[in-house]
Amino acid sequence: MSYIIKGQTGDWEVVIGLEVHAQVTTKAKLFSGAPTDFGAGPNTQVSFIDAGMPGMLPVLNAFAVEQAVKTGLGLKAKINRRSVFARKNYFYADLPQGYQISQYDQPIVGEGTIILDMPEGSRNIGIERLHLEQDAGKLVHDMHATKSFVDLNRAGVALMEIVSKPDLRSPEEAGAYLRKLRAILRYLGTCDGNMEEGSMRCDANVSVRPVGSTELRTRCEIKNVNSVRFVMMAIDHEAKRHVEVYESGGAIQQETRLYDSARNETRSMRSKEMAHDYRYFPDPDLLPVELDEAFVADLEKNLPELPDDKKARFQKAYGLTAYDADVLVSEKENALYFEDVAKGRDPKQAANWVISNLFGVLNKQGVGILESPVSAKNLGRLIDLIADSTISGRQAKEAFEAMVESGKDTDTIIAEKGLKQITDTGPIEAAIDQIMAANADKVEQYRSGKEQLMGWFVGQVMKATQGKANPALCGDLLKKKLAQ
Amino acid sequence: MSELTSLTIAEARSRLKRKEFSALELTEAHLSAMERARHLNAYITETADLARERAKESDKRLAAGEGRPMEGIPLGIKDLFCTEGVQTTAASRILEGFSPPYESTVSQKLRDAGTVMLGKLNLDEFAMGSANITSAFGPVKNPWTPQGRKAELVPGGSSGGSAAATAAHLCMGATGTDTGGSIRQPASFCGLVGVKPTYGRCSRWGVVAFASSLDQAGPITRNVRDAAIMLKAMCGYDAKDSTSANLAVPDFEAVLGQGVKGLRIGIPKEYRPDGLNAEVNALWNQGIDWLEKAGATIVDISLPHTQYALPTYYIVAPAEASSNLARYDGVRFGLRVPGKSLDDMYAKTRATGFGAEVKRRIMIGTYVLSAGYYDAYYVKAQKVRALIMRDFNEAFEKVDAILTPTAPSAAFGINDKIDTITMYLNDVFTVPASLAGIPGASVPAGYTTEGLPLGLQVLTKRWDEETLFRVCQSLEDAAGFKGLGPL
Amino acid sequence: MSPTFSIDTATVRRIATLARIEVTDAELSTWAEQLSGIMGWIEQLKEVNTDGVAPMSGGTDLKLTLRPDVVTDGDMVDQVLANATEAQDGFFTVPKMVE
Ligand SMILES: [Mg+2]
Ligand SMILES: [Zn+2]
Repeated sequence: MSYIIKGQTGDWEVVIGLEVHAQVTTKAKLFSGAPTDFGAGPNTQVSFIDAGMPGMLPVLNAFAVEQAVKTGLGLKAKINRRSVFARKNYFYADLPQGYQISQYDQPIVGEGTIILDMPEGSRNIGIERLHLEQDAGKLVHDMHATKSFVDLNRAGVALMEIVSKPDLRSPEEAGAYLRKLRAILRYLGTCDGNMEEGSMRCDANVSVRPVGSTELRTRCEIKNVNSVRFVMMAIDHEAKRHVEVYESGGAIQQETRLYDSARNETRSMRSKEMAHDYRYFPDPDLLPVELDEAFVADLEKNLPELPDDKKARFQKAYGLTAYDADVLVSEKENALYFEDVAKGRDPKQAANWVISNLFGVLNKQGVGILESPVSAKNLGRLIDLIADSTISGRQAKEAFEAMVESGKDTDTIIAEKGLKQITDTGPIEAAIDQIMAANADKVEQYRSGKEQLMGWFVGQVMKATQGKANPALCGDLLKKKLAQ
Repeated sequence: MSELTSLTIAEARSRLKRKEFSALELTEAHLSAMERARHLNAYITETADLARERAKESDKRLAAGEGRPMEGIPLGIKDLFCTEGVQTTAASRILEGFSPPYESTVSQKLRDAGTVMLGKLNLDEFAMGSANITSAFGPVKNPWTPQGRKAELVPGGSSGGSAAATAAHLCMGATGTDTGGSIRQPASFCGLVGVKPTYGRCSRWGVVAFASSLDQAGPITRNVRDAAIMLKAMCGYDAKDSTSANLAVPDFEAVLGQGVKGLRIGIPKEYRPDGLNAEVNALWNQGIDWLEKAGATIVDISLPHTQYALPTYYIVAPAEASSNLARYDGVRFGLRVPGKSLDDMYAKTRATGFGAEVKRRIMIGTYVLSAGYYDAYYVKAQKVRALIMRDFNEAFEKVDAILTPTAPSAAFGINDKIDTITMYLNDVFTVPASLAGIPGASVPAGYTTEGLPLGLQVLTKRWDEETLFRVCQSLEDAAGFKGLGPL
Repeated sequence: MSPTFSIDTATVRRIATLARIEVTDAELSTWAEQLSGIMGWIEQLKEVNTDGVAPMSGGTDLKLTLRPDVVTDGDMVDQVLANATEAQDGFFTVPKMVE
């Protein structure tokens, strides 16, 4: 147990369940033909159905169903061959129909698992369910002194609500769960996982209990946190708040709380406190969703390789360490990039270049692999040039830096910078002869046993050849000549 | 011009084709009849200019020999169907000023068949009622009056405007919608044919929803053939309605001459409760007799859960309605009453915009779905509904059609004081078929001693409207019912 | 009709709040009486034995038809806003809400 809150009365552990709303990657909305693009002008992506106009009816998007089933399969979950859309009834300005079409007691996907690789070992986190539902619209409160503005572009966009079991025990595990879930969704192509644009949003249910206890205490739900880091911070804060309340003799109220990242605190959402009674019932405008066996089997057969499998394969096929493999598979695009680079080359060297050099650059620039200034092809070429001794490791680093800066391809950079290694013995021997002649004293010292001077000689040769001499060849020739 | 308004749709159809008169003349005849009969309050909105425009278009097509199946036939449209650019109210204040930017599938199909819309017909608010007295635009009067006493009668509901206008020759036929009897009962009260097809035959897209699992559109006409013609134009698969049937539409008109010889007609004993109105009972017996004489076999059947249909309906329909009507919140269309907060605006808008009956049903629906009551009421009702459905399925293993009265009485007075539950009991014979989703029709079959019309109801199994029409035609032939002439 | 069935005014208020229908104090008892009457009449359903019966939902036994994932709609902000009492800069507007 790595995350323990040291209280005055003893040690406490935290119990966390996460509810993730992931926007299903589709062109059109869940029940209408309106588009789902991010950032469009207000109410431009709205059909009469999305606006809840009289007489409008929902028709289910077949691809959204396919995406949900795919996700379920990726979570190794039970696919429910029959599921039912229900109406969740409540009034709010972002909910045009006065109800959200969601799934209630018969979701499309049942129990599943996500495996987390934590420093202390792997952890299986249970998935409770996955269901399809509509997103709500967006409210803008800062455009007018006395009015709120309503944009229904998001209203009706397909979401998957993915609910974990209360199996998470630390903010770190919660973070790892979110990153792993996001990786799986992105591998599957069922959600782009973009938390900034709101296509993945997280609610965290948090409670605490004394270490050793198995009870589930009152939980609070922290709503709509929009980054992995903030989810971790919010959980940490909330767990500590619970401990403080309990230890000062208070009680935790079950409630919905909002995380304020600027102040790193959670606070009660009083406006939402009015007793909810959602009056769920099956949506009479829709019929049950029935999936035939062949449909599910076909999706399962065509499922892409997922992070866990890819990681195992990377370790086995490329001889990578668990750590390196984990880093490389965390994003599907990274893994693809790596495999492009590794193909037909030394995989360990490829992994090293990608992880140590490329990821460092990307991190610094704050961009993803798709925006990498160095393509897999160019990085591969660079590694090839090292392998066939065209350039030295040092030259390769210099070339890489130039490639990052200019975005030019490997061969152009090598040519521009004249980085070609000298592998002809002629010019190197000439340089050695000149250096030996000018430094007879050092030659003498070497010959009388001060062999550590070899480094100095190599340096001189490199300097004389502007670093282009092949260091190995250089050493061999020096050794030969100094021995004479 | 009264000669033109007295025609049936079938007659007008062939005489228009023969160019004995123009579509515009036919439309003008109806427009002036509408003007003369405004006291009936059948129309909420008259669309005279639009009608003339469409009639002229029909005349062009007829002249070119390109007439469509119902080219130039003037119809009334229940004001529950959204009509593009024409105010659509559902007879509610809450839809004040609402002009839909879209056309319902059914009214579009009728347009595509060449019909001419004369206007939007009055109804009970949101189709909730059995007397057309809950409309925000005032009650509709039945053009029939009792012999020997002075009284204004209700046309039935909720499609009261559709029935009154068709009976008074203010249109050649009208669309109705039926959730628990709202086509069949007003047809019975006004001496008309009203057909509620199988749930899923007519698209619900663009029809203001009352109870989604029950709502069905259908025609109200002055005879069976006209209903067959009109229903054919109204129904068919619509990809925009998930509950629409992807089935071929039969030619209902083609079966009308086939008679009932060899058909087995079921008579459910539960539809003859103690205290059934004697005139209604007698007419039912008469109908049984007619069908037997026409060669049908009469079979006594039992539909044991019939008596529970009405309370079941008054859970299911309000539950769905409470949710369907949540969208009337003053934000995107219709009435808005300002409030000091969003919730205050909602509550004031809905309190002002909805009438008493609509509020009553929203309250019941909200109650039966609320925490702690859902299983006891809603789930229970859906189970009883399954039993009602099962009753019909078992019955239709033994019979081809079922004959019952349409309503427990003839039309009653607009000013009669009727308590809520007695009012609900108007639909006691129509609601079971609505719950089961099976087709049903009312055919005018006789009169009370006061000369008021009474209808008989025919039911068949799902998707078997052809048998339904055969039985209806046989009853019509035997009854020789005479409707009202033009006013 | 069950004479014992009764819905109290507190329940009426709760239901009216859920349904967002303003009810005056004066109306509460009328509503309570009316709803009690109707619900009392509905109580007769309890007599029906529904053991082992699967609830019917929806009006049809047809199979659900779905829609392909194709954009066919949207891009008509004027029509979407045309019937609103209040709209500004492409938005619907409502009384200001505090979050
Ligand atoms: Mg949730
Ligand atoms: Zn959700």
